[in-house]
Amino acid sequence: MLKGHQSWIFERKPVIVSTAAVVGPFEGRGPLADDFDMIHGDSLLEQSSWEKAEKTFLEDAAKIAIERAGITKEEVHFYVGGDLMNQITSSSFAARSLTIPYIGVFGACSTSMESLAVASHIVNAESAKYVLAGTCSHNSSAEKQFRYPTEYGSQKPPTAQYTVTGAGTAVVARSGQGPVVTSATIGRVVDMGIKDPFNMGAAMAPAAVDTITAHFRDLRIQPDHYDLIVTGDLAKVGYEIACDLFEKHRVPIDLTRYKDCGMMIYDYGKQTVQSGGSGCACSAVVTYGHIMKRIRSGELKRVLVVATGALLSPLSYQQGESIPCIAHAVAIEAEPEDGVRR
Amino acid sequence: MSNSKLKKLTPVQQEYQKVAKRREPKRPVLLNSVRAFLVGGLICTLGQGIMQIMIRWGGFNEQTAGNPTVAILIFLSVVLTSFGVYDKIGQWAGAGSAVPVTGFANSMASAAIEHRSEGIVLGVGGSMFKLAGPVIVFGTVSAFFIALIRLLVKGG
Repeated sequence: MLKGHQSWIFERKPVIVSTAAVVGPFEGRGPLADDFDMIHGDSLLEQSSWEKAEKTFLEDAAKIAIERAGITKEEVHFYVGGDLMNQITSSSFAARSLTIPYIGVFGACSTSMESLAVASHIVNAESAKYVLAGTCSHNSSAEKQFRYPTEYGSQKPPTAQYTVTGAGTAVVARSGQGPVVTSATIGRVVDMGIKDPFNMGAAMAPAAVDTITAHFRDLRIQPDHYDLIVTGDLAKVGYEIACDLFEKHRVPIDLTRYKDCGMMIYDYGKQTVQSGGSGCACSAVVTYGHIMKRIRSGELKRVLVVATGALLSPLSYQQGESIPCIAHAVAIEAEPEDGVRR
Repeated sequence: MSNSKLKKLTPVQQEYQKVAKRREPKRPVLLNSVRAFLVGGLICTLGQGIMQIMIRWGGFNEQTAGNPTVAILIFLSVVLTSFGVYDKIGQWAGAGSAVPVTGFANSMASAAIEHRSEGIVLGVGGSMFKLAGPVIVFGTVSAFFIALIRLLVKGG
């Protein structure tokens, strides 16, 4: 049901019956290692290219989530997914082997929550019983496509971010055990004229703030409605700017805990990641691994995940275009204690 | 950012850029310069050492020792690139490892490795000069103009 200008309320409360977070070795050395379902010791996964490895990460995550849901892939009606590669090949090629009817979506790094919002909407509309939402990214394939060859010895500025290698998936169902999706806010494209592809945090922060304020306005709630609000991959630089913008727009964000997935996934002291993590998998593995575990254990009751995406292409910034950005918010809540669900 | 660039942006964008600029961590220019000086100097010293060896034991003279020296430096750079070390040196050393002949070799070797999955001809062959290409183009163009200036000033 539409609420306000750009938000959906899911009155049938679609259930996230299972999630999976698969990561590479570098993420496995980070502080959230215990929350991931699978950590690969090698980022190439015995494949012949980075692109194939990225697709394999997604296939692994999809298989784990479907298995955990206690269903077969034939029972999954739709798969909603996307990634950072040109023409979202990783997701499409994973869909080829999964053979699940597929809806490809692209929102750059915001794809994690874009796919979850669409999947929840499909389930809420009773158009499917089980829908798989998933996304992936790979540090080396992203470096290759957006920046320089992985082994090229260039110096990254302190504002640069490190693309997360991994994949996150969730099975959304009409009924079952698990946290529920209660609402989603679809973001507008916001462009503040930032042109530096090595400063995505600064480019994306206004989009995150725009979506979060729209969410509060549409649902007529305050930040304290949530135990935790996380943004996708603003990293250190973008996070600080977002905090400044909240203060400027008088959003009382300090009523709740506000964090950023890009700052949670790596250990700044031990890992060279400049500003922090980024990529589709950043918000996906932190949400589907770390946060979902906290919701299931009862540690968190209501969480708003705001995945942020920079909608640039290697071509667009070479042609001098600024970086348009987007953010999608999805509210995930713990299962109602009385267990009553229609 | 220069004022002419700011004029094209809307007032809201301009204001935001100021906010964002405040939070942007500065590149440690002095530290980077010192590191670049040390590493760049070290590579050049290494090259000089190889050159002396070539002259003393390799039977080369000062004019001809340059070529085998460069070949050895290129070889070392390609080996370090292949083992995934050169990019780590690059992050620490910045321009220090980018400017000398080893940086040029690294840019070609890294592109060749990266695009190997797209085939020998179109992948390795077509993409090898992706980063090195501009250096050759502008090197040749500027050499032409310098030669032209010399011709006009000094004649013949």
